[in-house]
Amino acid sequence: MGAIPTTLDDGAPARGGSRELVLGAAAFLLLIAMQVYAISISQADRDMGHLQKIMYVHVPAAWSMMLAFFVVAVASLRYLWKGRENDDLLAAAAAESGALLTGLTVALGMIWAKPTWGIWWTWDPRVTSTAVLFFIYVGYLVLRAFVDDPDRRAQWSAAVGLLGALNVPIVYMSVRWWRTLHQVQSSPSTVDPNFGLGLRINAIAFTVLLIFFIRHRYVTAKMEREAEHLNERAALGGLEIPHA
Amino acid sequence: MAAATLQVVTRRYGRRWALRGVSFSVAPGEVVGIEGHNGSGKSTLLRVLSTAIRPTSGEIRVFGSDVATHATAVRSQVAFLTHYPGLYDDLTAEENLKFTCRMLGLGFGPIGPVLERVGLSRHAQEGVRTFSAGMQRRLSLARLLLQQPRLLLLDEPYNNFDASGIALVNEVVRDVCKRGGAALIVLHDRHSAAGILDRVVRLGQGVVIADEACEDGEVGAATISAGSASARPRDLA
Amino acid sequence: MTLRDEWRRVGAIVWKDLTTERRSKAGLNAVAFMGVLVLLLFGFALGPDTQALQSAAAGAMWLAMLFAGVLAFNRSYQLELDGGALESLLLYPGARWSIYVGKLIANLVFVTLVEIIVVPVAMVLFHVSAPAAWAVALGVTFLGTFGFVTLGTFYAAMSSRSRAREVLLPLLLFPMLIPLLLAAVQATTSLLAGDPMREAGAWIRLLAAFDIIFLVACVFAFEYVIEV
Repeated sequence: MGAIPTTLDDGAPARGGSRELVLGAAAFLLLIAMQVYAISISQADRDMGHLQKIMYVHVPAAWSMMLAFFVVAVASLRYLWKGRENDDLLAAAAAESGALLTGLTVALGMIWAKPTWGIWWTWDPRVTSTAVLFFIYVGYLVLRAFVDDPDRRAQWSAAVGLLGALNVPIVYMSVRWWRTLHQVQSSPSTVDPNFGLGLRINAIAFTVLLIFFIRHRYVTAKMEREAEHLNERAALGGLEIPHA
Repeated sequence: MAAATLQVVTRRYGRRWALRGVSFSVAPGEVVGIEGHNGSGKSTLLRVLSTAIRPTSGEIRVFGSDVATHATAVRSQVAFLTHYPGLYDDLTAEENLKFTCRMLGLGFGPIGPVLERVGLSRHAQEGVRTFSAGMQRRLSLARLLLQQPRLLLLDEPYNNFDASGIALVNEVVRDVCKRGGAALIVLHDRHSAAGILDRVVRLGQGVVIADEACEDGEVGAATISAGSASARPRDLA
Repeated sequence: MTLRDEWRRVGAIVWKDLTTERRSKAGLNAVAFMGVLVLLLFGFALGPDTQALQSAAAGAMWLAMLFAGVLAFNRSYQLELDGGALESLLLYPGARWSIYVGKLIANLVFVTLVEIIVVPVAMVLFHVSAPAAWAVALGVTFLGTFGFVTLGTFYAAMSSRSRAREVLLPLLLFPMLIPLLLAAVQATTSLLAGDPMREAGAWIRLLAAFDIIFLVACVFAFEYVIEV
């Protein structure tokens, strides 16, 4: 593995090995530590008891999901602009991590909704638009799986990723109008002042985790491509191919 | 200015390399045959020249215009006869050419004369769906004529053609070359192209393995006409 | 190529697509039948109760149009793929957007023809009469259809040339259409009831914004999806 040179950004060498392991371990340890800290500092909610604490993971998951999709949008745009393969791999890595976090967000929201509202699924604007987002990015990943040619896959998914990102605010706005024009849905009110602090430190933990996920998928994809390039060089009989 | 130059051109489909560094150039007036086994990269070579696909690396110029950066300029000079007829089955022969004219910005082009030339005048109002393979091929050739190209790219043009069709293809090639154009023809056997080839480039596994003046070049020169001798490529290049 | 030439090319593509469609006819009939069939299925699912039918009418009608319309888009590119016409189409000198706009207009005409059949059937089956503001309702139908066809034409350029195209197109298209579906259904429902809450206007503005944003985005991005 160490024999295959990988470059994360132009020039800056990066290796999949030990640094990756450190980041991964740090991300998970930080996540656990932050959970313990956040849960211990805040009192149980007056109305909802310990149930409220699901928000410590639900809300940061939603935040980092948005962050992941922001990365998809920026990387897709940059790919269309500059046409560099790295941006495509980055967009794919971010979309995979983002879809995972979106699924987590929806699942946690449902777990919270059942005891709170007595139903698994409520057509709450935020839950609903998150579910729509989930499907938009599942579509993105399915497209990637169905297209074999790397150049075609990169161009198509960049276009789809960009259009999907463009739709995020529109989806959210339309779903919110749809709900508020009919009935106002109560959203959880925070009681404990420590709650905000707990959320923030958890958000940090989730962001580190997200960076680890994206980086890991990105470096793996880079290595796969690098291996392909080596095969190509062999196939071309030692001829140097400048990679744009 | 060369009609076409290729410099270390490569092209990859997914993980498979169809072209692995092809370089040669074609002079105006020259007719170059491309030979090679199946999968040697012949069709890919024509496709990158036509701007249908972009080369993975390397540089291609058609009459001075780069295919990657000035695709539109290249497209207005190149006509490409592919394996496929590229026609619309539910339109008539005339309507297919009308569509071509409108896409080329010609308004009402010389559809009648062109149909006459490829021998389809009597079938102008018939749907392409009812055409035989040879007739469809003739109509594809008619579409090429409307484009008035300077560089002809023909992918196995003699398939499905009878003797008069083969003569027609060769006549079209000569006309283009007489006007200072050039042609690249992917061939299975040189027999049909006898008399028009100046040079044959042989591809093998995506690289040029032979590039030689055509053996029957003398015959070819004699058959074309004495007047075109001044446009002989090897003198110009 | 000047802008005028490009619009002539748009016209040529519209003419070619619609002529082909007119000659084959099978497409329009099949798609319209599909739309009516979906309406019938909704009718059976919702029961014969007039109240229930009326309140679900707008939603059922829009879903029938989406399910039927999605069948049209892949067809529009299938036409180019049979016989390798797409490659020839792309080799004409000129801009790519004119190909997209031509296909968009042809699909728009096609889906509108389907709607001319589906909408009256929906009104009969679901016991609704034309709203007082019928012109506005027609406008809503047009805006909804336009946005739907804009994205459908764009995504079909990819799905029609990939594996499993029948699955891929709805999977990509339908999640993107949720704001449009919400806006169109809400506006139509509200108009059918005489717009008591004065909320149709907001939904129409959302529809128009959706259409403009995605028209611009698709025209810009089409070059990247058709080229390779």
